[in-house]
This record gives sequence, C-alpha cells and structure tokens, in this order.
Amino acid sequence: MPECQFCGDPATVHLTDIVNKKKREMHLCENCARRQNLLPDAPSPQLNLPALLQLLMSQFAPAPGSAEPDEGDPTALTCPTCGLKYAQFRADGRLGCPEDYEVFYPVLVPILERVHRGLQHHGKVPRAVRRRRERDELDDLKGQLAEAVAAEDYEEAARLRDRIRGKETAE
Amino acid sequence: MNLDRLLPNLGEWLRGIGPESDIVVSSRVRLARNLADMPFGNRANAEQKTETETRVRNAVTTANLPYALEFVDVAKLTPIDRQFLVERQLMSRELASVLDGPRGVAFNETESVSVMVNEEDHLRLQVMRSGLALDEAWTEIDRLDDALEANLAFAFHDQFGYLTACPTNVGTGMRASVMLHLPALSLTKEIEKLFRSLQKINLVVRGLYGEGSRASGDLYQISNQVTLGKSESRVLQEIREVIAQIIQYERRARQLLLKERRQAEQDRVARAIGTLGSATMITSEETMELLSTVRLGIQLHLLDDLPPTTVNQLFIHTQAAHLQKLMGTPLDGEERNAARAKYLRNRLRELGSHQR
Repeated sequence: MPECQFCGDPATVHLTDIVNKKKREMHLCENCARRQNLLPDAPSPQLNLPALLQLLMSQFAPAPGSAEPDEGDPTALTCPTCGLKYAQFRADGRLGCPEDYEVFYPVLVPILERVHRGLQHHGKVPRAVRRRRERDELDDLKGQLAEAVAAEDYEEAARLRDRIRGKETAE
Repeated sequence: MNLDRLLPNLGEWLRGIGPESDIVVSSRVRLARNLADMPFGNRANAEQKTETETRVRNAVTTANLPYALEFVDVAKLTPIDRQFLVERQLMSRELASVLDGPRGVAFNETESVSVMVNEEDHLRLQVMRSGLALDEAWTEIDRLDDALEANLAFAFHDQFGYLTACPTNVGTGMRASVMLHLPALSLTKEIEKLFRSLQKINLVVRGLYGEGSRASGDLYQISNQVTLGKSESRVLQEIREVIAQIIQYERRARQLLLKERRQAEQDRVARAIGTLGSATMITSEETMELLSTVRLGIQLHLLDDLPPTTVNQLFIHTQAAHLQKLMGTPLDGEERNAARAKYLRNRLRELGSHQR
C-alpha cells in the first residue's frame, strides 16, 4: 500500500490527474486528506472539488523536471482579453472568449483530441472567411505569375494566367 | 407577445407526420455561433450581454428569410411562459431558468425555426422537422446561418472552425438529433444494449428534454458528440445510418410483440386508455407512460379510434405549463394532477362520443 505523501501513514485517498498526456499521482491518508479540506466533515459522499483542484495545482504547479521548461506552465495561463484563468476553465469547462482558443492552445489540444478525436475543422466556413481565403490564393497566384515572367518561364506564366482568370471570373 | 395563441397548435415537432413517423417523432439540427468580438456568455457583463442581444435581435428580425422570426424577451416572461416555451422545444431549460440577464428567443409562426440569444453561446440556431428529415433540417439551418452571417461576424478559427464557449461544441457547432419513440425495445430491455453500442460510436442518447433529463414516455433523443474533424454532411450521414438500423430493430421488436403476446399487449393498451379516461389524479410522468402505450397501440392497430396526432395533443397539453395555461390559472403539484386527470377524462370522453 502506498504511503501518505504528507505523514507516511497508509494512504487511502488516491488522486490521479492527467494533463498534457502526463499522469500525476498523489496519495494521502484520510487524516491528511481531511486537513487539506478534500473530504467533507459531514457524511456527504461528495469530494470538495475546488479544494482538490487547488491542492493539485499547488503540489504540481512547477512539476519538477517533467514539463518542457521552454513551453511554460500551462496551469499559469491567463487570457489577457477576458481574464479567464486556467483553474477556472478546469473547474467549469467553459472558455471565456474566442481568444482563449489561442491562449489555452496547449491544454485544449489534448481535450479536443479526447472528445472529438480530431483537431482540424472540416465543413462549413463563413462566407467572409471563404472570400478572404480566395483573395489570398489569388494574391499568391499573382505573385507566382510575376516570378514566372521574371524568370522568362512563359509556359508556366500562361498556365498561371489561365488559373487567375478562371478564379476571377468565378468570383 | 401573448404566447397563449400558440396553445391550440401542435408545433412542428409534434405534427406527427413525415418519413418514418411511426417511430421517428422529430429531427432537429442545432448550430452554436458566437460573435467574434464579444466574450462568451459566462464572462460577459450585463452591458455586453445587452449589446449582444441588441445586435443579434436586429440581425434576426431583419434577416433575408422566407419567414418572419419574432423575438421574445425571455427575462420579461413569467415562469409559466418560460416553461411553456421549453415544453414546446423552442428553448432550453438553461435559457429559461438557469441563466439570467438579457436573453431571448426568436421563432417563426410554425415553430420550426428558433434562435436563442445569450444561451451558453451567443446564438443557438435550431431547426425542427417532424419525422425523419435531417437533410431538410440541415438545408434550412444552413440558409438561416448564411442569412444571419450577412449581418454578424461569427468567431471562426482556421484550425478549430466555429468557436464555442464549451470545447465540446467547437468546429461545426452542429448537434443533429433525432427523437425516437422506442416502446417495444424498452419493453424487451434491448434498449440498454443498443445504447451501449451507440456510445462506442460516439453518439449520445438523452431523454425528452435534453441533457440530464430522463427518458419519459419511451422517447429518446440520439445525437452526435463529435463536432470537430467531421463535416456536417458526414455527421448527418452517420446518424442517418444508425437511425435506419434502430428503426429496423424497433419494428422487429414490435412485430415480435404482436406475434408472441398480442392478447397481453391489447390488454395493456386498453388498460392505459382506461386509466387515462378515468383517473382523478395523474402525474405528468404516468401520463407520458400511458400515452406511450396508447401510441404503440395505435401503430400496432390494437386500437383504431384515436388518430396519432390526438396522442400528441394530449401529450403536450398535459405538460405542466400547458395545463396551467389551459386552466387559465397557476396550479401547484397536487392541483395539477387533478386538473390533468380532468382534462384527460373530458378529452377522451369527447373523442369517444365523437367516434361512435
């Protein structure tokens, strides 16, 4: 039986947390779990989730030697736009603004993989985004055309010109 | 807006027609959308919520659509009116009573289209069809989405697609669901097995009123879980295939019931009608169970003097808010049970004398 990490007594409370595919474990005896407010005094079978989260954060926050140091600590992330903190997101599973998908990217990816088994959107795209992508593509082709002309590759230039015309008339 | 005028109508989802309507009650497609420059609902202050409501309201009421959408301010509704719209499947329980602050719902005359504002996401679009008609529902909601997008910039990410408050909806933001009446599979207990296999292929099974609700009256909603990585058309195709299978299972279970215990089923249906027509106190739960048996009886031709749409009308009119509106007065639980029983007795007597 594992020993309590706080006092060495036999541990009866076992916590497992998986973040970024890294598994972290904690073992506590009942007394220490109660002291950390993990277990309620009342006969309620409910674990105190906020206390649990707080304990996990404080114990593991700078998980020594395990996290890539240059990636930074994802649990310290806060959105500069809406002010959402990682712990708040963990607690209720809701993001605060569109920006959060960038801010919390490293912690979102494993969640999205688990829920959807996919990481790249397929399907409908707003008309405004479609137009922007078409414009970008057109600009790209025009750039290539200029290069082809400069390089006197007239065969390639003719091919590019036809593709540009095709796209422009399609618009 | 006086919602009482909706009372005599069945609403799109209970019209009782459409493909496979002996088993499929209705099909629904929902899209989650958010404004690009606003915090999501849980981090928006009252001022931002008001602005979101105003912008969406303007877009909704001026959208170029072949039907008009009428906007209802949910914050100003009485609790009974809110519950009434939940029972009609026009808005979620969350929007009705869990969330607060500025919020609303817009819907069309036939109640086939609705747009919730300031739910978990800024917009939740919904299109309903009676029977199995996912493609038609998708076509309609795609057009609605286009029309709203003409006046609103939605949050969209090149990798993650449409951004939503909860990562479980990100991507297409689409939840397609089909409501099935599965009394025979429930009776033969095969339903548990079926649901376990659905979970394995990432489909979700829920009760009548969505997340966390019980399956009342053998009504089940089956919907997709995945919104990121699969296109709308692929998800719809997967659901369609699964529904076709379930329909087959249910039909087979119904035929088996007829073959092996016709007399017992006939008796069960007769007793259900008997209880509905003579009880003096009845809960909504018991009513739904008995109506489920009656509905099955109609489909199996064990009973032929009731049209299926009547069952739908009894079903919706005996829900708490509908009942209180019909009676014209707020009623507590006990009073509702008495009023419900009285309503059912009168309606079934009317129908009986009409038929004979």
